[in-house]
Parts: sequence; C-alpha cells; structure tokens
Amino acid sequence: MSLLEIESLRIEFPGEEDEQLVAVKGVDLAVEQGEVVGLVGESGSGKSLTCRAVMRMVPEPGAISAGQVRFDGEDVLALGTSKLRDFRAHSVGMIYQNPFGSLNPTMRVGSQIAETLKVNKGMKRDAAKKEALALLDRVGIEDPEHRYRAYPHELSGGMCQRVMIAISTASSPRLMLADEPTTALDVTTQAQILKLLAKMRAEEGMAMLLVSHDFGVVAQACDRVAVMYGGHIVETGPAETIYHEPEHPYTRALLNSVPELDSAGNVQRRAALAGHPPELAEVIPGCVFAPRCEHAKQDCAEVAMKLEPVGPDHASACPVRPYANAGARSVDKGQRVEA
Amino acid sequence: MTEAVTEATKSGDVHLLEVESLVKEFGLRRGLAERIARKEVAPHRAVDDVSFTLDRSEILGIAGGSGSGKTTLARCLIRLIEPDGGSVRVDGIDIRAHKGAELRELRRRMQMVFQDPYASLNPRMTIGAALHEAGKVHNRPGSDNEQAFVSRLLGLVQLTDRIAPRKPRELSGGQRQRVSIARALAVDPELIIADEAVSALDVSVQAQLLNLFLDLREELGVAILFISHQLAVIAEVADRIAVMQKGRIVEAGATQEVFAHPKDEYTQALLRAHPHPDPRMRFVS
Amino acid sequence: MSAATVDAGTVARSRRRGIWTRLKRWPTTVKVGVGIIGVLALAALFAPLLAPYGPNEIDPFSLLSSPSGQHLFGTDDTGRDVFSRALYALRLDIVLALLVTYVPLPFAVIVGALAGYLGGWVDTIVSRLADVFIAFPFIVLVIAVVAIVGPGVEGFLIGVPLAAWALYARLARAEMLVVREQPYMLATTALGFSKTRAIFKHGLPNVLRPCLVYSTIDLIGNLILLAGLSYLGFGVQPPTAELGGIIADGQGYLLTAWWIATLPGLVLVLFGVGVGLIGEGISDRGLERGGR
Repeated sequence: MSLLEIESLRIEFPGEEDEQLVAVKGVDLAVEQGEVVGLVGESGSGKSLTCRAVMRMVPEPGAISAGQVRFDGEDVLALGTSKLRDFRAHSVGMIYQNPFGSLNPTMRVGSQIAETLKVNKGMKRDAAKKEALALLDRVGIEDPEHRYRAYPHELSGGMCQRVMIAISTASSPRLMLADEPTTALDVTTQAQILKLLAKMRAEEGMAMLLVSHDFGVVAQACDRVAVMYGGHIVETGPAETIYHEPEHPYTRALLNSVPELDSAGNVQRRAALAGHPPELAEVIPGCVFAPRCEHAKQDCAEVAMKLEPVGPDHASACPVRPYANAGARSVDKGQRVEA
Repeated sequence: MTEAVTEATKSGDVHLLEVESLVKEFGLRRGLAERIARKEVAPHRAVDDVSFTLDRSEILGIAGGSGSGKTTLARCLIRLIEPDGGSVRVDGIDIRAHKGAELRELRRRMQMVFQDPYASLNPRMTIGAALHEAGKVHNRPGSDNEQAFVSRLLGLVQLTDRIAPRKPRELSGGQRQRVSIARALAVDPELIIADEAVSALDVSVQAQLLNLFLDLREELGVAILFISHQLAVIAEVADRIAVMQKGRIVEAGATQEVFAHPKDEYTQALLRAHPHPDPRMRFVS
Repeated sequence: MSAATVDAGTVARSRRRGIWTRLKRWPTTVKVGVGIIGVLALAALFAPLLAPYGPNEIDPFSLLSSPSGQHLFGTDDTGRDVFSRALYALRLDIVLALLVTYVPLPFAVIVGALAGYLGGWVDTIVSRLADVFIAFPFIVLVIAVVAIVGPGVEGFLIGVPLAAWALYARLARAEMLVVREQPYMLATTALGFSKTRAIFKHGLPNVLRPCLVYSTIDLIGNLILLAGLSYLGFGVQPPTAELGGIIADGQGYLLTAWWIATLPGLVLVLFGVGVGLIGEGISDRGLERGGR
C-alpha cells in the first residue's frame, strides 16, 4: 500500500458562462513511503491544484468533483473536521511558493514555529521555545537565538523559506507537499533549500510531492517524475528514465525546450513546440496534446487519456508510441520548425 | 576585464552601443534624526562603474540575481532612470548629452521589451492601434498605411493579422510578448534590450521566443542585450556574457569560455548552483 | 522571415465575452438597482409627456385633496398636482445632479492625473491644495458658498464642485501613481512618445475607472444634498418644483395632507436605494476589465 494514493481525481471550477471548467481531469498518482515524486508541467496543467487537493485545500470556488485521495489507506476526502485538522497537523506538511506571504508579517518567526508546536504537539511555552530554536538550527539558520525574535520582513527570502520548512516539519509529517518551493528564490539560495530538503528527507524519512515547472529542480530532488499537461498526467517514471528516454511526445517536446548551459557557444534555434498549453475553457476531444503533436493520428481525437505501462515502472498516455524504440534522447537542434 | 567585454574597435568603426563607467546611486533618504545629527548615509550604488560594448547583430547576455543592478542598468541605458555618472553612446553619440527631438531619435534606436507580458501592453488599446501608433509617432516609412504596416510587423513576430483588432486580454502570455517585440520593432531599432523578456513564460513558449530573437538577429541584424537571471537561458542565445553582482560586472567574455572556465567566485557559485535538468548530474551533497 | 504563424486563432472563448454576457452576470443587487434607476430616469426624461398637469398648474377646486384617480399623489395647498410636480422635480434634480457631478469631473481627474504623472512641484501644489479643500467638511463648504452667493441654484452649482474636485483629483493621482509604473507606460517613454500623449492617450483612460465608480455614489449624494439644501431654502427656489422643496412645503401638512411630503420623499428614497444597490454591487465585483 502506498503512502499516498490519488485515483481518478477530478477538480472543477465554475466558468464565466456558468459552465464547469475541468482543471484536473482524472489524475492517478502514488507516492511511496520516503519517496520524492516530482509533478512537472506548464501553466494550466493542474499540478498545483492536484497538490492542494491532497490536503483538501483547493481554493474556492474550485472543488474536487470526483476521485479518491487515500493516505495510509484512509480516505482523506471523507474525513470529518477534527480528523481533517489532525491529518493536516501531523501527517502532511506544506510549503508554498511565496516565502514572505506564507508567514504572518506581524508575528516574530520564532513565535510562529512555537505556535505550531503548542497547538499541534501540545507543548508548553518553554518547551516549545526550546524546540523551535532547535528547529531553526536544524534548518540551517545561523544565530537562532537572535533570529528567533526576527520578523519575516527582516529576513531574506531564503531564510523565510527555511522558517516555513521548520514550521511544516515541526510535527514530523510523513508527507511533505512542496508547491514551487524555490521559484521565488535566487539560484544559489535555491540550491541551498534543495539541499536542506534532501537532508530533512534523509533524516526524517519523509516522502515528498514536489510541484515545479522547472525541470532542473525536479531532476535534482526527485526519485520519480509525473508529467502533467492540460489536466492529465501524460507520463510517469523514474527521473532518469523520463529525462533520457521519454516516451510521450509532450515530454520529449518539453525537454527539448528546456534551456541548457551546454548550449553556450553553440547558439542555435531549438525545435520548439508551436502554440501554447490549452486554456481551461478549451475542450479538446481525445488526447489533450493531439492538436500540437507532430505524431498525432486520426484516432488520437477519440482515445481516452490513460496511462499505460511502457517499461518497468514507466507509464505513458500516448497510444501511438512514436518513440518506443528511439533509445536515448538527444536535443533536436538546428531545425526550423514551421508552426 | 574591461577588454573582454569591450570588443576591440575595428579601425574607424564605432560600436553600436558603448557604455562607459555608468553609475546610478540611490540616495537613502535621511530621516529627521539623522539629519539633525548630520549623519552621513552612504548612498547605495545600484550600478557601480559599468562598462561594456555591443555591436550590430551581437547578442550580449547580462546575468545576475536580484539586487545585481541589471534592471537598473537597462533602464539607465534609455534614461528611463537618469544615470548619475558615465556615458552611454549610441553610434558614438552620448544619449546623456541630448534632450528633446535628439533624445527621442536616440531612444528610437534602442527599444526595450519588458518582463511582464500582462502589463506591457495598454489594456485599452487594440494591438493594431498600439503598433500603428508607435510607427506613426516616429514617422516610419510605411506608417501611413496602417493595415500594411501592422501586417508586416505582426509577420515579423510570426503572428497573423487576426491579432490586430484584439485587445491584450484576449491573447496568451507568449502572444503578448511577441506583440511587445513587434511594438519595439515598429520604430526600426538597431538594438533591443530584453529585460527578463522570457522569464514569465512557460518553458515551451520560452523556447519559441528565444528562437524568435535569434531569427530577428539573423534577418534584421538587430543587436540584443539579453538580461536574465537564468544562466541556461542566456546560454541559448548569447554570444558573450557579462555577470553582474551588486552593481558591478564581475566577469565577462565569450559565453562558452565563461561557463567553462569561470574566474570569479560569484560566477563559480552561480554555475555550481545551477540545477542541471539531467538527474544524473545532481549536486554533490 | 518564415511566414509560419503561431496559432493566432486560438483565443479562449472565455476571454472574449461580449458586453451583454458580462452584464448578465452582474449580481442581482446591481440589476435591481439599475432597474430602479432606469425607471426613475425614464420617468424624469418623459416628465412632460407623463405628467397629467403642469408643475405649477392650479386646480382651484382641488386644494389639499388626497390621492385619487385624478391626482395620483393628491394636490397641495395651492391646488397643484403633486404627482406632476414630483416628476418635474425629479427631472430637475437629476439634471442638476448630473451637471454638478460630471461637468467638473474631467477637469479634476486631469489635474490629479497630471500631478501623479509629473510629480515635482506640480504634484506638491495640487496635493496641498487638495488637502485644504478636503479638510473642509463638505457640507460646510457648500453652505458657505451658498451664503456668499445667495439662495438659488448657483450656490449649489458652484459649491459642490469646489468641495468635490479634490476627491476626484486625489483618486486620479493615486491611480496614476500605480499606472505610471506599469511597463506599458514605461514603454511610451522608451518609444519616444511625448509626455502629453503618454498622459492623455495611455494614462488617463486607465486612471478613469475608479473615478467613474466613485462618481455613481457621488451622484446620489449630490442629488440628496440638493434636495436637502432646497428643503432648507438654500437651493432651488419656489415655485420651481424640486423634491426637497416640495417636502418642505408639505411639512406643515404632515398630519392633514401627508401625501405632499411623503410621496415625493419616497421617490427620493427610491432613487437613493437604486444607486446604493448599484454602488454596492459594483464594489463587490471589483469590476476588473482590461489587464488580466
């Protein structure tokens, strides 16, 4: 039994003309104990919403309209109020994209950590403060005594993110949800935070669902990767496999678009994907990627989006499988692509 | 180090853009108490003695994190912000020494594309109107025929005429950036300053726009000053790179050379921190 | 250059909503408000056609008669039909309120926008002036003007803009401070546009929105102010029909001929409710057009 199981998850929003817009269209995903799974995709892919759904924190007016979310076998979507609070407090932690916006600007950061400890672990004031200081030290904040008393705006983005990690790991959750945790940070700070997350994971055995649009971040931190497009998962597999032997045409095209340092001195056009990711309101019959796919066939407008195994622990939603025997991927460069 | 950024002038040739010892200070406002105590508050140098050159058809990347001064630098070049020292020469003419019609003409030659695709276009103007206005104000050849003028510009950025009657809110982020580029091209600039122009776009759309910049360089001979905090993006387009930290250029040279053999500590740190998308190349813990 | 085109055609349906569909989505409060105002405005517009009698037409056989088929709102102490008077009064009130709200508005907004865009001494002068005028209690200022100019509409027409311009100027200035930093405004400088073009063609249209929203509330405020002033004898002078004036006239007869004061009063209240509903509905929606 996996630690987290998401099955046929469907999330809908009311649209402009009172229709229902489906942002997440039937997602299946599993995270094992101690595993780090990356959820990668562009705008409108539904990755952020999927992540929020695990904690039942889908922003209104959106709502989960179908599917199941199971944590340790228990149905999260059916939890009552106090059990849900318990779940959010102890089983799952979350870190967000905006380090400043996620902390209370009028409270000292130390108090914010201590508050979690007092409320969720029932610690008394002095014990909570001691533990909070220990946590600050664990997340790599220097001079914790001094920083304890700081307000969020007095700290850098990286430090605020560390505080957020301290707060969310305070109750030793078994699963951490990270929604674009390093997007707002400088690249050097980002590297530090990723290292910190790796350390916490090693020390705590914590599993993680990491949402990001940045393939570099996902490659650094994740064991397995799920690629999302237009509300569906189009491919899953170990990070290395996804990068070197992607099966789904979208994954290939996406990876082809990722800028790489190695291009330095060899400036050339890339074979870029034409068009843009679908809008919420666009209803695309069959395979959601078909309109942009160079391998699309007639049938593609009628298939149901479903992940099928294409290798050990590797699944793809593309029935055409144009890359089944393509071998390792290399970047397609120098071609002019007519849109 | 200045030599690496400043290409040797071919005899008699003047650089398209020559920046020398550019300085921009932001004086910290002194509070009343400080004024009374006559305390000296050192002003903050956002751009600290920056020099570089750029020639036609060249793409120069400016890299740096937040606080490096790269955006302030960009705004100083076209005097959106007034520099405090140094010179900015376009074809040998110092933009700081002119005003009125001459300044306008110099500005015409250096256009800017901004980061935010949503706020870069006037929400109340149609695309066609915005593009035509730019051409008309500068009396560009062909601007009296609005339809043809707009059509040509849209074609340059690979958009169809169907975009012309639309308003910005009806377009995607990538389309809006293309329109911003088209607007810049409307006045026939020789240099485009792209200030984090692709940073707010999805990766697949970003790749399209990078291709577009390369196409424009090849087909119009336009030079590009490409500002970005992402080293990999700069690697995709820039011939040369200058790395900025705290207002200064700390390293510069041919992109490949700087990435392969970084001499400055900050550059080294940036390269070390760069998350390679290949899982086989993880940070060494 | 390759003629290959990006999918210029795929523009999401949801982005191209027509005005009508957008209007339909407004909350019920707004629609009810608009309905009320619409009815009243039409009644006022067609007053000469709808009113069975002239505003000062006297029927000597029906003094102080209660509402009937002949006189919907009854008659007053000089035999004038109250319903007709109310209609003409509404018309006058609406016209005057519109004049006093919307004629000065463009000037105030331009002044504020200029202050916001240009900064420097222009901003200092305008802001300090605005501060002075805002510091005066609105009504006190209007009454002071009326006291100087004397009773009659002139006092109202001069006093209100004098007191209100500062509010619009401030609103416009604040909005301009934000708009000024938007990349599309910076682009106007980069593109070499003149400041005049930047302010008037690009800045103003985007600055106008909050001012217009506020003006709807202001309009009703001014109308009620006019009624109040006339009630006190400082505004529109008798025998011209004006809602406040009619109420004042009818005050003495509240116990005997209640319809003279009450029914026109209800018309006034209805107008206020209508605009109030619109204002509340608009502010709820945030009215985001343009931008995203």
